[in-house]
Amino acid sequence: MARVHRVLPGFGLSLGYTLAYLSLVILIPLSAVFIKTATMDFDRFWSVVTSDRVVASYKLSFGMSLLAAAINVVFGLLLAWSIVRYSFPGKKIIDALVDLPFALPTAVAGIALTALYAPNGWLGQLFEPLGIKIAFGPWGVLVALVFIGLPFVVRTVQPILEDFEVEFEEAATSLGASRWQTVRMVVFPAILPALLTGFALAFARAVGEYGSVIFIAGNIPYVSEITPLMIITRLEEFDYQGATAIASVMLIVSFVLLLLINLLQGWTARSNRRNA
Amino acid sequence: MTIEIDHITKRFGTFRALDDVSLDLPRGELVALLGPSGCGKTTLLRIIAGLENADTGRILLDGNDATDKHVRERHVGFVFQHYALFRHMSVFENVAFGLRVKPRKVRPAEAEIRRRVMELLDLVQLSWLKDRFPAQLSGGQRQRIALARALAVEPQVLLLDEPFGALDAKVRKELRRWLRRLHDELHISSIFVTHDQEEALEVADRIVLMNRGRIEQIGNPRQIYEEPSTSFAYSFIGNVNAFRGRVEGSNVRIGSDLLPHARTDLAEGEPVVAYARPHDTEIVSDGPEAAGVAARVNRVLTNGSVSRVELIANGPERDGAKDYFEVEVGAEELSRLGLANGQRVRLQSRRLSLFPDHQQGRSS
Repeated sequence: MARVHRVLPGFGLSLGYTLAYLSLVILIPLSAVFIKTATMDFDRFWSVVTSDRVVASYKLSFGMSLLAAAINVVFGLLLAWSIVRYSFPGKKIIDALVDLPFALPTAVAGIALTALYAPNGWLGQLFEPLGIKIAFGPWGVLVALVFIGLPFVVRTVQPILEDFEVEFEEAATSLGASRWQTVRMVVFPAILPALLTGFALAFARAVGEYGSVIFIAGNIPYVSEITPLMIITRLEEFDYQGATAIASVMLIVSFVLLLLINLLQGWTARSNRRNA
Repeated sequence: MTIEIDHITKRFGTFRALDDVSLDLPRGELVALLGPSGCGKTTLLRIIAGLENADTGRILLDGNDATDKHVRERHVGFVFQHYALFRHMSVFENVAFGLRVKPRKVRPAEAEIRRRVMELLDLVQLSWLKDRFPAQLSGGQRQRIALARALAVEPQVLLLDEPFGALDAKVRKELRRWLRRLHDELHISSIFVTHDQEEALEVADRIVLMNRGRIEQIGNPRQIYEEPSTSFAYSFIGNVNAFRGRVEGSNVRIGSDLLPHARTDLAEGEPVVAYARPHDTEIVSDGPEAAGVAARVNRVLTNGSVSRVELIANGPERDGAKDYFEVEVGAEELSRLGLANGQRVRLQSRRLSLFPDHQQGRSS
């Protein structure tokens, strides 16, 4: 058998370390969820995870998380663009503010947003006459998820934009491209992989978010209950099997969605720099 | 296209990048903007292209005021130092870009785009690379593709910003010759920026020599090399020996030495700098009454038929360093002189050019 010579040493060690660490931190805790779930019989499992109230919470959680991530992609890109491309007074402060949703305890964020968007709050009272209820309803969930997801998009796109030489845009313009054509044909393809990564991260964070949403959602059954809340409710009733059953569904759906986004991201990155 | 640059000034903060620059360029020439880094040559090129706006002054293209025209409307082809090829597009798509972004009404049909792109790729002799991506090309190939891309929109003028700056010496030399040939075929008015005098002298029809945001001299390569009109032009182009001193009758006094000159229009005692090219400098033997600048032989570098003799000035140090001189001598002359390292000699010049020395004037 031919021996494989590697230029970079430590392949075995680093792979072993990676797998051991991943098992310890992610795989073992998560498999506990599935092991616990496996102790219930399938009929009961099915009735728990497909009960109307839980299904309504899936729709809310995944739907609003996808929507929030999509909103964050648009506005996160704009924000990153402004921070990278323009200099204006207070730029450093804005740059620092972006990270705040990372650091703020989510309960604080939830309470602050609720106070703002409640029917008698500063912003809520503007929407009240229009018949739009933000806090204590599904839209409140969206507001909270947009808030906590924003930094993920900004921070993934920002370095890519910083590395993106103005020369490429100048070249496109000098060749006669309009501003819109330049953005669509030259800038956008270059930052698309980063945007997708930001989308995936913001989405993943939104699906798992609990603290801030609980305060603003109102938690009305069938209307504004998120899936993590359903799990907590089961736990409070000491129905551990039920809780892990819902959790395992959530895990599987999240994993499949993230895998899809990652595949898409890898594909765009490859088509971007073929054999670069 | 004729290019008229009319009193252009450009500041970046307090830095004056271009200081009241005026320049007329006729149609169809290959012009080099030459100067040290920071002299404003790239800024001037970018202002001509419309990628930068001048603070004051006008740009006229073919006699029409283009000062406020957008890059898109100027019909210029711009080639960047680092190529700026679109990484996610194949070579073919890069070259086709300028055609594809044309407004629908004037956009050529797909077959026509295909024909034009292949024609351009043939012109730069790289049609076999059409399906590759920029990352798969060498630097020289990338720059040729960048040029083909710029030519695709049939620009009236081609602007090249240090086009060979990022390439290694051998490829640079090849591309230089290739650019010259291409220009002779197409006769498109072209301006290229370079800090490499050899490049400018070898390729350009006309050289615009710039320094500190101003134009020092404009001329063809022979004029620029043989008849430098300013002190800067003398010291920037080619190797040169500089002697700093004061006018004393028909001599320049350098320390205790005298160097004869032929100028009659200089005031007695005026600080001057005298320039002599290495091949116009002579070594004579030292003697108590001998004219010329005293120096000591440091090294003799024999390299083919012409040898270079490196000498150190006898005079005092300036800015903490001794002046070095260089003289080119033929093989016969060298054996006649019989130079040894450390030997004391004097330097004279058959052709001395004098300029008022502001540097010296200020310090004294």
